[in-house]
Amino acid sequence: MDIHEYQAKEILSNFGVAVPSGALAYSPEQAAYRARELGGEKWIVKAQVHAGGRGKAGGVKLCGTEGEIYEACDGMFGRKLVTHQTGPEGKGIYRVYVESAVAIDREIYLGLVLDRSSQRVMIVASSEGGMEIEDISAERPESIVRSTVEPAVGLQEFQAREIAFALGLDPALTQQMVRTLQGCYRAFRECDATMVEINPLVVTGDNRVLALDAKMSFDDNALFRHPQISELRDKSQEDPRESRAADRGLSYVGLEGSIGCIVNGAGLAMATMDTIKLAGGEPANFLDIGGGASPERVAKAFRLVLSDTNVQAVLVNIFAGINRCDWVAEGVVQALKELQIDMPVVVRLAGTNVEEGQKILAQSGLPIIRATTLIEAAERAVGAWRNDLSQNTKVRAVK
Amino acid sequence: MSILLDRDTRVIVQGITGRMARFHTKDMLAYGTNVVGGVVPGKGGETVEGLPVFDTVKQAVAATGADASLVFVPPPFAADSIMEAADSGIRYCVCITDGIPAQDMIRVKRYMYRYPRDKRMVLTGPNCAGTISPGKALLGIMPGHIYLPGNVGIIGRSGTLGYEAAAQLKELGLGVSTSVGIGGDPINGSSFRDILEQFEQDDETHIIAMIGEIGGPQEAEAADYIRDHVSKPVVAYVAGLTAPKGRTMGHAGAIISAFGESASEKVEILSAAGVTVAENPAVIGETIAGVMKRAA
Repeated sequence: MDIHEYQAKEILSNFGVAVPSGALAYSPEQAAYRARELGGEKWIVKAQVHAGGRGKAGGVKLCGTEGEIYEACDGMFGRKLVTHQTGPEGKGIYRVYVESAVAIDREIYLGLVLDRSSQRVMIVASSEGGMEIEDISAERPESIVRSTVEPAVGLQEFQAREIAFALGLDPALTQQMVRTLQGCYRAFRECDATMVEINPLVVTGDNRVLALDAKMSFDDNALFRHPQISELRDKSQEDPRESRAADRGLSYVGLEGSIGCIVNGAGLAMATMDTIKLAGGEPANFLDIGGGASPERVAKAFRLVLSDTNVQAVLVNIFAGINRCDWVAEGVVQALKELQIDMPVVVRLAGTNVEEGQKILAQSGLPIIRATTLIEAAERAVGAWRNDLSQNTKVRAVK
Repeated sequence: MSILLDRDTRVIVQGITGRMARFHTKDMLAYGTNVVGGVVPGKGGETVEGLPVFDTVKQAVAATGADASLVFVPPPFAADSIMEAADSGIRYCVCITDGIPAQDMIRVKRYMYRYPRDKRMVLTGPNCAGTISPGKALLGIMPGHIYLPGNVGIIGRSGTLGYEAAAQLKELGLGVSTSVGIGGDPINGSSFRDILEQFEQDDETHIIAMIGEIGGPQEAEAADYIRDHVSKPVVAYVAGLTAPKGRTMGHAGAIISAFGESASEKVEILSAAGVTVAENPAVIGETIAGVMKRAA
């Protein structure tokens, strides 16, 4: 789960990381009021969306007057911000964060990630702050400092000092840097984060180390023990189809194609998508309905897949281990009767009770296209979709 | 000898009183697995499927001589249960539980390093379908009837995609020595490399099939290991050629976040190490059969 910049800054500052003073606003008037409250002469107005690359996309504006704050806000509220991370549809701006501007001497990159190689938390830092980490590793790999944290004892001061010196920081700033790194690590550890990124971490003109931006992501599997963090979920930043799926306990990722997929198991779901592509089609989604595929769950999955208006055919692929094919077949029949689906539906069943499942599909009287192997299922789905498409075009032409 | 488990392996089920655990305990017994008991704190003295339930793993080990464990405990408590098994003389542990926090798994891995290598428990999973040595024993939730006994060693992240491969092999009359699910989580007990090492030493295994997916460095690590240390032929399939970057595809670990983590990059890395790659999931069985024929 991702959160907004202002929320990440609040969490990090509770762990001792210094951040500029700032305040949240839900309207241009409120933003102007917040700026007056903060005082000073210059402010930064920052669109709060769950994506990086906001600056280049026009989501971060430096303002020197109230008029400029209104102008910046008018360009943000209610609009979609399209950055290189959001996709062409962009993300809606409903909140802005107003911050006192600071004089910047140096910019540093700081990130903490779950390193799957060492199976530990890794700190990644670079003197080339402000650039994306992908660009830093492509253009200035020698500037990157890495350090892994021993989980039993946590981040040690010497490790933090080593990073500070490797970045070439003024020795007078070492203590501030140590405090920042230890705060980030403790926040990562205690909140079950999967990523903390401060880009840039800056040294100000008056020699303070400040987190100018902040991003945090959290382990969905650990949210059960962090109710305060779960509350920070902002559905306006999620794909509505994916939010609906998550609320129903289904694992769904929307894609661009026209063949909807309903599969049990994440690996098989990806393999099914790959096979559709191989057969000449494009998958509309990833969907794993999980282990216990009850008829209700299958019906839910159909509703979810069909809520995508691009879907023109559906492929159901179930390999029953814990499941039983007869159960799944009942679910498919029930869903098709209830939803009156007017597009080709291909069903491939394998595993436990496969004969009973096939029988239920055959006896249902519904126009279900059956398949026995994965490749057959994908070819039939793509074939039926093409057929359907050309027939519909003909009908429209006659009209 | 098959790897990790056989007919003599004495199995306990942690969390045996749960609905799913009961169901699969029955299934494992029916398959011939030597299940000798279960562990649920506070339910010692009860029985499930005629098997004694104990309060602690140490009690279960002392009373039954168990040397393997299947963890069916809910996510908030699963890490604790794995560590209990590791501290109780269990030699091999399979964790089925899906949804364990990543930092709990970091703790588990760190804890297991307390033990010298020869006393350290082998863990596979979490978030896997388990391990089966067909015709001998089943430690997990897979449907046993889709596996024939034979000489193909399978290592896979995904449960159902592993079933798909086994079913294709069965269709071709080919069997499996052992099939090991290593699970779909970002931090897992054993990697592809760890299990490759075991299969390389196993006389019953003549060919190894790796079923990978997007995300993480473990396929690339395996490729390095295969190049230098594996003499047996290896076939691989990597799921997720059509998966977009930066999105989690069901499994917590199935996300492309760095170079070398996409399916096409993994295919390239494995091919360069001499691994025969099945180009699509429908030909995993055929590809294995072809390589076996050439090797024979």
